[in-house]
Amino acid sequence: MIQAILTAFLSAVLIENFVLVRFLGICPFLGVSKKINTALGMGVAVIFVMAVSSAATWVLQEFVLKPFKIEYLQTIGFILVIAALVQFVEMVIQKTSKQLYQALGVYLPLITTNCAVLGVCIINIQNGANFINSVLYGTFAGTGFTLAIVLFAGIRERLEFSEIPESLKGFPISLIAASLVSLAFLGFQGLIK
Amino acid sequence: MNEIIVAASVIGGLGAVFGIGLSYASKVFAVEVDERVVQIRDILPGANCGGCGFAGCDAFADAIVNGKAEVDGCPVGGSAVAQKAAEIMGMKAGEVKRSTARVLCNGHCSVSREKYVYDGMDDCSAAAQLFGGHKSCSYGCLGHGNCMKTCPFGAIIITGGIARIIEDRCKACGKCIAACPKKLIEMVQKDKKYSVICRSKDKGAITKNNCDVGCIGCTKCVKTCRFGAISMEGTLAKIDTDKCTNCGECIVVCPTMAIRIMDFGD
Repeated sequence: MIQAILTAFLSAVLIENFVLVRFLGICPFLGVSKKINTALGMGVAVIFVMAVSSAATWVLQEFVLKPFKIEYLQTIGFILVIAALVQFVEMVIQKTSKQLYQALGVYLPLITTNCAVLGVCIINIQNGANFINSVLYGTFAGTGFTLAIVLFAGIRERLEFSEIPESLKGFPISLIAASLVSLAFLGFQGLIK
Repeated sequence: MNEIIVAASVIGGLGAVFGIGLSYASKVFAVEVDERVVQIRDILPGANCGGCGFAGCDAFADAIVNGKAEVDGCPVGGSAVAQKAAEIMGMKAGEVKRSTARVLCNGHCSVSREKYVYDGMDDCSAAAQLFGGHKSCSYGCLGHGNCMKTCPFGAIIITGGIARIIEDRCKACGKCIAACPKKLIEMVQKDKKYSVICRSKDKGAITKNNCDVGCIGCTKCVKTCRFGAISMEGTLAKIDTDKCTNCGECIVVCPTMAIRIMDFGD
């Protein structure tokens, strides 16, 4: 059991990293990675949303879409559930914990309709995972996202102090750096047989 | 046909359930906010540009009401927004004081000495790490323009090896204050023109050796000021802007011209 969870963890975080190997969630990866602190905030919010929406979409798939035989409406239904759920969670957090709201609040609306979140839900269904495995996979995938975005934010903070050719300054060098990090992560392929 | 109805009604039903649920939740979990926050938020431009130094217009409105920000802090809205915000906060429009950043160093290349020849990264923080920078005066502006690079409004220029602020363009966002490793930039009232343009805490003789225009702590200005606006902090004169009347008598007696007007026209 523990071995299986560990394997799933390594697989989701390193081998099939959502950003760097599957290329999902590139938008926040490039948008919110200028500082390590904001990147970390975003990462934690993603872990949270991925876990919660994995659970919610699994329930939707099993108890609504399957009985009515409308699995082909998966995408639209999932987006609906994720968006509504995140809005709801944001309200609850705002009411109950001001500190948590200030830490997560700004990032939550940004990721409601993010493709990485939708991706993790659809991959869960494709893999035929049960409820617990879905939530675990969502958490692990979010952890992988956090690792990627924090690493990349560290690189971008260093880029600020490097001498970069004029034509590559700003966004181009970020894209090049992102592709190099992605190449590095491909090195984890074959870690688990 | 039947399948279409099922699909439409299930998804539509889900949407309706979530919609009603959310609107109910927004009432149950409504957070009471100060109504002034909402009012100020409404008059702000809503661009969430962060020019004020806060995370967005919401955060800025919150900061005004909590007294953490000035009503004229929004660089986009300018004086029109400042007036309205002042009304909401119960201040008279006339009480809005405009601030500006001011660089408290005038040690440009021809009056200051260098400790060594610096040939590293064009960055003040990097230069400051090498024995406190290449200037003989360890308090002086290094002139690599960290403040200029961070200024969103193009209000800072580097001339003669030191940073200068075009006060008409300065929106008092305070980003340069955080960017300066020597902590040379200060937020001051814009209508008070005179400042001691020096931050050297060295003794007068050392300051004099390092730079021709530093404050040497002679206290002449303190004795001259009729309003008691100038006091000494160690070997450094400091002008209290609340008492200063812009009379300009201190500028005449200062032997090193450390007190001066540092406004650079647009």
